[in-house]
Amino acid sequence: MADRITDIGPPRFDKFLPPVIKDNYGKWKYHEILEPGVLVHVSESGAKVFSVRGGSPRLVTTDFVKELCDVADKFCEGYLRFTSRNNVEFLLTDQSKIAGVKDACKKLGVPIGATGHSVSNIVHTQGWVHCHTPAIDASGIVKAVMDDLFEYFGSHKLPAQVRIALACCLNMCGAVHCSDIAILGIHRTAPKVNHEKLRHLCEIPTTIGACPTGAIRPHPDKSIKSVVVNEERCMYCGNCYTMCPAMPVFDSEKGGVALLVGGKVSNAKTAPMFSKLAVPYLPNNPPRWPEVVQAIRKILIKYAEGANKWERVGEWVERIGWEKFFEVCEIPFTFQHIDDYRWAYDTYRTSMHFKF
Amino acid sequence: MSDTPLIDQLETGPWPSFVKDLKRAAARKPSAKDLLRQLDRSYKDKITHWKHGGIVGVLGYGSGIIGRYSDLPDEFPGVEHFHTVRVNQPSAWFYTTQALRDLCAIWDEHGSSVLNVHGSTGDMVFLGTTTDELEPTFAALTAKGWDLGGSGSAMRTPSCCVGKARCEYACYDTMDLCYQSTQNFQFEMHRPSFPYKFKIKCSGCPNDCVAAVARADMSVIGVWKDDIRIDQAAVKAYAGGELKPRAGGTPYAKLDIKADVTDLCPTACMSYDGSKLTIDNKNCNHCMHCIDLMPQALRPGTETGATLLLGSHAPILEGAQMSWVIVPFMAMEAPYDEFMELVGNIHEWWSENGKNRERVGELMLRLGMRNFFKSVGLEAPPQTVRTPRANPFFFWHGEDFEAEAAGRKYIKL
Repeated sequence: MADRITDIGPPRFDKFLPPVIKDNYGKWKYHEILEPGVLVHVSESGAKVFSVRGGSPRLVTTDFVKELCDVADKFCEGYLRFTSRNNVEFLLTDQSKIAGVKDACKKLGVPIGATGHSVSNIVHTQGWVHCHTPAIDASGIVKAVMDDLFEYFGSHKLPAQVRIALACCLNMCGAVHCSDIAILGIHRTAPKVNHEKLRHLCEIPTTIGACPTGAIRPHPDKSIKSVVVNEERCMYCGNCYTMCPAMPVFDSEKGGVALLVGGKVSNAKTAPMFSKLAVPYLPNNPPRWPEVVQAIRKILIKYAEGANKWERVGEWVERIGWEKFFEVCEIPFTFQHIDDYRWAYDTYRTSMHFKF
Repeated sequence: MSDTPLIDQLETGPWPSFVKDLKRAAARKPSAKDLLRQLDRSYKDKITHWKHGGIVGVLGYGSGIIGRYSDLPDEFPGVEHFHTVRVNQPSAWFYTTQALRDLCAIWDEHGSSVLNVHGSTGDMVFLGTTTDELEPTFAALTAKGWDLGGSGSAMRTPSCCVGKARCEYACYDTMDLCYQSTQNFQFEMHRPSFPYKFKIKCSGCPNDCVAAVARADMSVIGVWKDDIRIDQAAVKAYAGGELKPRAGGTPYAKLDIKADVTDLCPTACMSYDGSKLTIDNKNCNHCMHCIDLMPQALRPGTETGATLLLGSHAPILEGAQMSWVIVPFMAMEAPYDEFMELVGNIHEWWSENGKNRERVGELMLRLGMRNFFKSVGLEAPPQTVRTPRANPFFFWHGEDFEAEAAGRKYIKL
């Protein structure tokens, strides 16, 4: 045990940088996108590095990673990286090798794109493949949506880039709250308490303490060593289930998908914005969630038709007004759209600036 | 007949199929096979079949491993225990194939061969192993120079954009700051002792490619203070269509400099007379729009550093927050003493005052910005607010009267 290594942190990044990047670190002058998914960065020194960007499902096997390594070994002297949107990038100094990388990716089924005015890869969470509180799957919906929007991944057809993200419950490990289009798994019913199981499995104080809204209290009948949930106060976060497996929050019929739109993190032109509720509920319909796929396509198409050059989804909606957004996307406006949570007042209209 | 009929329907279509890929691991790993079988069961039942619970980990660490158990262990024994191992990624996710092959070999030997490249916070996430394999996995990782990332109420694994490695917009060395922060806060990462999670993300410019403003308690976003560098010949080339808008990444053949660039400038600080682009840099709010559209003509200035913003988190509990400006400009040069000290002070204030599961942004709202600024030793310049307050509920402390008596009009925080 004396030799046990701890707290070393990750390897320093220098050892993973290709020589052209080491030599030109901090000296890059400009970049060009040669075609969708292929970039060149040019240094003050005149040196160039080419990047070929490919999509990945993020949920992968070591087989897949080793196949990417084979491509990088054959064409890129063994260097590659991944992006903040889970794309892979092959880094090259020899422009003539780009075609080889693209061919190799094609054979592997790795699509090339995610540059400029595209729909890049969907940032997403674990879903049913590895999480204990999801309302929906993650990878399956992402696969279905990306199959449908595939033409936009490898092209620059849109008025601006469109960032889609998915979180499988409102805890939002995927932090989808600032995405052009956010897919959010929602529970719509309070947890069901199994008193018999709870007695044996759970600590009552920690279960009560886990609730962020204070909706859980001890069972009024002290002989039943359990808890009750004030359903009016419950926000379906599943935190109690994390502490106590005797109160599952899932409902196979009522759980589903909400869509939020118009968020961004970039500061270009307008400040970063939150995504806002567009569609409060779509059915949870595996394996391909057709209602979700269709609703997203419709929003994307209406955006592409209606937005000015360079407008992000949120900038487009703010310009035309949310009432017009609901009209052009043919989305019914419901009570669920009107905020009644903590900072609701910020969202109410206090001007005459609206349209009929 | 397939035992995964529902998820089999995700094998077709142009986007790469995780089902097709995972079936390869399933062919040699009983755990991966049961993972797919259980997933198919979730597709049928429309609910998850995972349980949280059980404290598992490696010796001496309180984070980096997340316990995961099937709620149908009799049907899917291969995933009865299926714990997650977070492996701290290298800055900006650069790898050599040798390093990736080492990691794959470790995971093929000790786990399910299934992984995320990468997880939401940035780590490489190994999905699925048993309690017995945790310590051997950790030993194999550290022997090759790798370590675990953060989880629980701890410093989470910092992450960063590609920065100076391959981006001309980078206003500071994001990859180095990310690495140094990770090293500096190893104890806080591996031994959860905060009220809740704390994330650091480093973006090199206001385009914010790692979504620092939305996804990190401490958001470090690169910025410049001086003048945007202009190549007037290149501006003309954009106007003439020889250079394509936004480096070629758009459906548009050429830029109309007035309509596309100067008229859309949010501060109206630029003009183009047909041959020369003029920028009133003192009024630029560094939004990046003009630079994004004409990367060969415009570059950030040379007096560069970062803005520090604090407090963002996802909607739990008060509603989502974005980080807000606490330090408009910090020079950000190694070894980043000023930054590390400030983050340490913030941790101390938050640990002393925060309630269980209260993010630092929520604490700032609860106790107020004056308390925050004073406690961590920061000044409060006007850049920290979008507007001053509109209500009359501002209050005076003894120190305000003392400052007044000493001839200073206001107390300077």
